[in-house]
Amino acid sequence: MKKEQNKILSEVTGSDYKYGFYTDIDIEIFPPGLNEDVVRAISAKNEEPEFMLEFRLKAYRHWLKMEIPDWAHLKIPEINYQDISYYAAPKNKKGTESPDGVDPELRKTFEKLGISLDEQKRLSGVAVDAVMDSVSVKTTFQETLAEHGIIFCSMSEAIKEHPDLIKKYLGSVVPYTDNYFTALNAAVFSDGSFCYIPKGVKAPMELSTYFRINAANTGQFERTLIVAEEGSYVSYLEGCTAPMRDENQLHAAVVEIIVEKDAYVKYSTVQNWYPGDKNGKGGIFNFVTKRGICRGERSKISWTQVETGSAITWKYPSCILKGNNSVGEFNSVAVTNNYQQADTGTKMIHIGKNTKSTIISKGISAGFSNNSYRGLVKVVKKAQNSRNFSQCDSLLLGDQCGAHTFPYIEVDNANSIVEHEATTSKIGEDQIFYCNQRGISTEDAIGLIVNGYAKEVLNKLPMEFAVEAQKLLQISLEGSVG
Amino acid sequence: MNSMLSIKDLRASIEDKEILKGITLEVKEGEVHAIMGPNGSGKSTLASLVAGKELADVTGGSITYLGKNLFDLNPEERSKAGIFLGFQYPTEIPGVTMVNFLKTALNEHRKHKGLEPLSAKDFLKLLREKKDMVEIDSKLTNRSVNAGFSGGEKKKNEIFQMAMLEPKLAILDETDSGLDIDALKIVANGVNKLKRKDNATIIITHYQRLLDYIIPDYVHVLFDGRIVKSGGKELALKLEEKGYEWIRNQVNGN
Repeated sequence: MKKEQNKILSEVTGSDYKYGFYTDIDIEIFPPGLNEDVVRAISAKNEEPEFMLEFRLKAYRHWLKMEIPDWAHLKIPEINYQDISYYAAPKNKKGTESPDGVDPELRKTFEKLGISLDEQKRLSGVAVDAVMDSVSVKTTFQETLAEHGIIFCSMSEAIKEHPDLIKKYLGSVVPYTDNYFTALNAAVFSDGSFCYIPKGVKAPMELSTYFRINAANTGQFERTLIVAEEGSYVSYLEGCTAPMRDENQLHAAVVEIIVEKDAYVKYSTVQNWYPGDKNGKGGIFNFVTKRGICRGERSKISWTQVETGSAITWKYPSCILKGNNSVGEFNSVAVTNNYQQADTGTKMIHIGKNTKSTIISKGISAGFSNNSYRGLVKVVKKAQNSRNFSQCDSLLLGDQCGAHTFPYIEVDNANSIVEHEATTSKIGEDQIFYCNQRGISTEDAIGLIVNGYAKEVLNKLPMEFAVEAQKLLQISLEGSVG
Repeated sequence: MNSMLSIKDLRASIEDKEILKGITLEVKEGEVHAIMGPNGSGKSTLASLVAGKELADVTGGSITYLGKNLFDLNPEERSKAGIFLGFQYPTEIPGVTMVNFLKTALNEHRKHKGLEPLSAKDFLKLLREKKDMVEIDSKLTNRSVNAGFSGGEKKKNEIFQMAMLEPKLAILDETDSGLDIDALKIVANGVNKLKRKDNATIIITHYQRLLDYIIPDYVHVLFDGRIVKSGGKELALKLEEKGYEWIRNQVNGN
């Protein structure tokens, strides 16, 4: 039985990664290396105003003095920052091959990824900012959204077109000093998405960013900034994929969300970066800082993430609950298989009175992987009558993987309530056999059980994403139980 | 009548300890067999080997099911070929609703027969019919598979699944254990209602009382890995009256 299980474990495939292809296009790429000239060159490339260059240089100089954090439950190989190219852009991105200036080759690439850059073709009407390597290739539905007063554009465009908003908000939730990777990102980010929802406006469609790494020997550094004014609402989606390569690639992103009184931002991610092969070779190093602030009363931020990709994931989407009665949510499914490592969770910082937060984390570990939940719930003294509920579940497949939970709780007043529940379970041979005996194959049984286990979180995803996420969970774990 | 299950001189061991010491059993369409025996006599091992759980290593003999070598089929193929095991201890599967579980199972069976999956409407209709048939509480199907079910509910749920999948050969492994008399009647009624001319049932039990409600055609007494006595339904009564001591003495030649 044991032997059988090991045999099946060893058959775990890396070939099921559907998005591992590479698009052969002409690119403009900086030579590898990082110094002040590179930072200046990125800023010049994007024709940025002076304040942005200063922001970048300050960040870069700060970064030089910092060290990579070592507190996570991760084995991070040494990253040589001089071996990475910090700018890679498809050529002719503003070419004239098609009416909207998108290279047909790029259009095809995104279509292959299930992302249509043609507004007419989108039945469901999701606006998308498509980012390849260092640049935004196309942002759809900009005009439709503008009719509602919504600004939705690439970050590079926002810096040029809306410098006042950028000056006011960029780095206001995640300062470059926050950590090693935010400093690096602030110095070298080249693009990303910007979204501004004016007072009282409910976004008429879902907005999204799709990140694609294509070029080799590059890192991707992008920023997303979402500002939701009083009484507004937006549901934002984020997806990402990369080619299969033997070398690791670095992705260090920053997402900032500002939510005013009575506004609500729902942010959903399906993270599917290349996870590496079955022996742990290759894959994306994913170091991401995501944070939102509920500034106004009754404002709300809801993070939902399905993390199946990346060789290493280091990511803690957080909420600062500053406004009284504001609400933060974190819903997460993190899957690790083969030699993947994930250290992910959230921070809920309660500052306003009667603030509420909910954390639901579902870890699934298989193969030789390690999967950790790390979360902080902090309630300051003046955050009277605040509440947190945390539920952290771990599901193990096989006996070579690890699941860890690191909850940190700091409560500075006596009338707040913080609850933490945790469970660890294993898909048992008995459960599999029970399914088999009713005619359900082992693969399908695992799919049923895993999706059942993650249902609570998957239900929070927008419909289109939920279906994809369900399939992804099953594929990610294919062949992982005997 | 056509032969359904033919077990010949089946031997099986768990870690060098021989559990089954040469079982021979012939089950034909339309028959109900009862296998009785004390704890540890090998009843559950026999049931699990037919269903395909590798609880024990087969060291000799054969099992033929509808003319095929059963050992060539994996557990899900056996299920789709019509073998149903009513578990002694049904497994809990948190997070997977009964509806989703049964729909997946049923559609796998249909696919095997070359049929299209049932529409949601037809599936729910079938679900309702079978629920009524086996008198299962209708809320149970919205809950996770066996999770938090009482002992009686779990056993009724086994019969309900049997009703949904309509097996050719049902093996009920101590389905009566832990049931009160009302639940026992419900379970027995379910089994009787599902009885057809072309299917067969093997009931594994300690006690005679289930056999008051399900009348077997044959009763076999399994003792220390062997079938030591076979007979009609009256054998169960005799066993109830005299106890397993009677068998033990006969086997030991006293």
